[in-house]
Amino acid sequence: MPEYESHEYDVIVIGAGGAGLRAAIEAKERGLRTALVCKSLLGKAHTVMAEGGAAAAMGNVWPEDNWQVHFRDTMRGGKLLNNWRMAQLHAQEAPDRIYELERWGALFDRTADGRILQRDFGGHRYARLAHVGDRTGLEMIRTLQQRAVALDVDVYMECKVLRLLKDAEGRVSGAIAYWRASGDYVEFRAKAVVVATGSVGKSWLYTSNSWESTGDGHAMALWAGADVIDMECIQFHPTGMVWPLSVRGILVTEGVRGDGGVLRNSEGARFMFDYIPAMFAAETADSEAEADRWYEDHLHNRRPPELLPRDEVARSINSEVKAGRGGPHGGVFLDIASRRSAEYIRRRLPSMYHQFKELAGVDITAEPMEVGPTCHYIMGGIRVDADTEATTVPGLFAAGEVAAGLHGANRLGGNSLSDLLVFGRRAGMAAADFAEGRSGAPSPEAGDVERALSDAEAPFGREGGESPYDLHQSLQRTMQALVGIIRTESELVEALEELDELDDRATRVSVTGGRVYNPGWNLATDLPSMLTVSRLVAKGALERRESRGGHTRDDYPKADPELGKVNFVQRLGSGGEFTIAPEPLPEMPPELQRLLEEEHS
Amino acid sequence: MSELTMRVWRGDPEGGAFTDYPMPAVEGEVVLDVIHRIQAGPAPDLACRWNCKAGKCGSCSAEINGVPRLMCMTRMDELPTEEPVVVAPMRTFPVIRDLVTDVSFNYEVARRIPPFTPGPPPPGGYRMKQQDVERGQEFRKCIECFMCQDVCHVIRDHEENKTAFAGPRFFIRLMELDSHPLDEEDRREFTRHDAGLGYCNITKCCTEVCPEHIRITDNGIIPMKERVIDTAYDPVVWLGRKIVRRGARRPASTAGTAGEQPAAEESATA
Ligand SMILES: Cc1cc2nc3c(=O)[nH]c(=O)nc-3n(C[C@H](O)[C@H](O)[C@H](O)COP(=O)(O)OP(=O)(O)OC[C@H]3O[C@@H](n4cnc5c(N)ncnc54)[C@H](O)[C@@H]3O)c2cc1C
Ligand code: SF4
Ligand code: SF4
Ligand code: FES
Repeated sequence: MPEYESHEYDVIVIGAGGAGLRAAIEAKERGLRTALVCKSLLGKAHTVMAEGGAAAAMGNVWPEDNWQVHFRDTMRGGKLLNNWRMAQLHAQEAPDRIYELERWGALFDRTADGRILQRDFGGHRYARLAHVGDRTGLEMIRTLQQRAVALDVDVYMECKVLRLLKDAEGRVSGAIAYWRASGDYVEFRAKAVVVATGSVGKSWLYTSNSWESTGDGHAMALWAGADVIDMECIQFHPTGMVWPLSVRGILVTEGVRGDGGVLRNSEGARFMFDYIPAMFAAETADSEAEADRWYEDHLHNRRPPELLPRDEVARSINSEVKAGRGGPHGGVFLDIASRRSAEYIRRRLPSMYHQFKELAGVDITAEPMEVGPTCHYIMGGIRVDADTEATTVPGLFAAGEVAAGLHGANRLGGNSLSDLLVFGRRAGMAAADFAEGRSGAPSPEAGDVERALSDAEAPFGREGGESPYDLHQSLQRTMQALVGIIRTESELVEALEELDELDDRATRVSVTGGRVYNPGWNLATDLPSMLTVSRLVAKGALERRESRGGHTRDDYPKADPELGKVNFVQRLGSGGEFTIAPEPLPEMPPELQRLLEEEHS
Repeated sequence: MSELTMRVWRGDPEGGAFTDYPMPAVEGEVVLDVIHRIQAGPAPDLACRWNCKAGKCGSCSAEINGVPRLMCMTRMDELPTEEPVVVAPMRTFPVIRDLVTDVSFNYEVARRIPPFTPGPPPPGGYRMKQQDVERGQEFRKCIECFMCQDVCHVIRDHEENKTAFAGPRFFIRLMELDSHPLDEEDRREFTRHDAGLGYCNITKCCTEVCPEHIRITDNGIIPMKERVIDTAYDPVVWLGRKIVRRGARRPASTAGTAGEQPAAEESATA
């Protein structure tokens, strides 16, 4: 067995996006020995790409806003599949978390009277997103990174975790990883572990996600015995770039629509007016005139249908293109050029301006952008306790995109960045509590380490086998074609069969070269997670025989009220097989129930 | 389909050489796409660093035809393809393998910078004007691609200067902190001594390569030089400037004389 170094901590946090950084800051501030482990350089995590903003009912632009309205928007946007307690905590605590970033040096855009400015986004009743132009994620990650550095958190960067480790009593007690730069292995022994590894998008062909989004945390937690829920709930963001092919999937922020951009089909029609669902009819404008007035006056007008929740908009675009009213590259048109001045567009949306100019040769102040849905976010994930983010395995906590519950079946834009802060902090606190309450040094079982290392080494021992790149591409094609935005039973069954084959091919993957910064090998070690997560998604999608939020079934086009009361819970069976079963959602107290029922004009 | 040649540096700390990869040309691609196709084809172990492929994370810096650029934002059709396209790692940092360099120098400098230190929030929370945060916001666009560090001759040609010179990325970080309306730490001494601002002779090479178009020299280094050199060791002058910039707010409690500056406070509207 290869040699490995070993480090001991009270708390290790896997993942240095917004959630992981916030968790590590919390544990470190409590005076615990804390390490942050991430597979890219510090400050490069996927969170850096977030554009539009972080949702928090601070009421700086609309004093009418408060946590109750934010709670209601989040639950309705999530088609009531949300964990109500998470939605409540999130709505209540998000403003404090934003102000805390300001105390740590963040420079948000300002209102005329010097407070934090908030912008409109889909599904939010009031302008609610604290932001910095269209680079809010960068501001957030830099602020948290600088705070973590000031607190002297130990950072292990470009260090990829392979597996979680447990002790003889079944408590999570550390993790085994390797340094990408040297290929050397590292063992972490820890009293508590927080998983904050982000998304899963890299199993699809067209995605807004960075390469890190391979679902490692979802898979590691599952392998360690944790429950995952509602993995079928994946958000396809309505507006990704579609051309040139090489940039297909890159995100076009919802901020374009929040700032006045509209969607048109090839006939020039604002087609979203034809797709207003009953659930949102009372709060959505039914004429262009009213929709346009709303930007200036939210109180006397209803919101434009372009700002419906993302699942609605993505499905509508899909239908328009299918009906033959799409653009030359299979998208529809997002037009802000004809609606706002060039100066306004460049000031409000500088990165979008550059992105189109540089990558597509399109000037968005003069012409429309062609856009279409792209795999963006997973609402499902590791099952956690709402208050502590504890998973179902002792010693293991999860926060951020990898954890499930807050967003239900569909996430509202802006609710992720605030999610990272609220629940990253709570996970850090609870992990610190757990570590403090645990006596004795953590002692992972040696067998787990051995198995992880021999799996990681295996591709070097094979010759002329499968290329990890080919296998990855096959997986992406399968998921894109068969487990995409619109799903149906026969295709999901086919996907599961193809996944069996891909699992089989994965046992034959071989790599050339050594362990030192070898991307072929790195990808080979990502594949087991990608395959695991893909299976979880396909199985969840097959079991949930209804359409709800980010999960749309062609063969069950309606929401089923009974299925709206359950999570689909998946875990590993005793023989290593995947099991799935519905379990009832936590029950909402009547006073919150009433908030949902209240009609707002 | 037309062909192009990618001439990619392959090697490790011991040394290396350029290898040519003839590849079919594909419409609309960026340099990183072609590198990825080389990985998926002839050279599965070709090392390169990247994350977002959208110009947002600053991971994929390399020297393309001799110029530091982001591989994910450099379109192939803007490069002359009659000649091979030359892709090399950033020269200022030690090579790990192929196109990947060891940029830990930058993370070490970042750790040494005295952190953001705000005063206590007034009742009702902090207020800042948009025009007062804009200077800082320009610098906070930095994606830490480290290409300005790569191109700066002070460390590009003089490894030994790295202990005494923080580099342009960190000069704008210092300027950002200095112009932050809430920050109260005095970093002039650090900027002169530890960060070595004096080594910079304003060649502006850093500004030229910045993918975020941050005016590193004009808005960062030059004003910083004025501030540090003119006002060196004169706390009253320094404080006066801070107050003018910040508007009518109680000045720093960290500086000893802070409480007794009513005159300076009045000049705030200037
Ligand atoms: C283009 C884009 C724009 C977005 N805009 C917005 C927005 O405006 N508002 C909003 O609220 N949300 C937005 N989102 C969503 C939001 O950015 C993400 O959901 C969120 O950033 C996820 O953060 P995280 O902390 O959970 O994980 P991430 O930021 O994804 O970080 C994951 C971390 O885990 C590490 N990691 C993963 N696997 C391993 C492993 N095996 N070993 C070690 N480390 C590992 C990675 O290195 C990384 O540090 C956007 C997303 C995208 C893609
Ligand atoms: S202007 Fe100064 S910091 Fe910038 S490259 Fe020239 S010497 Fe270096
Ligand atoms: S200042 Fe510009 S060139 Fe320098 S690291 Fe930041 S983004 Fe890169
Ligand atoms: S990969 Fe992120 S900037 Fe190029």
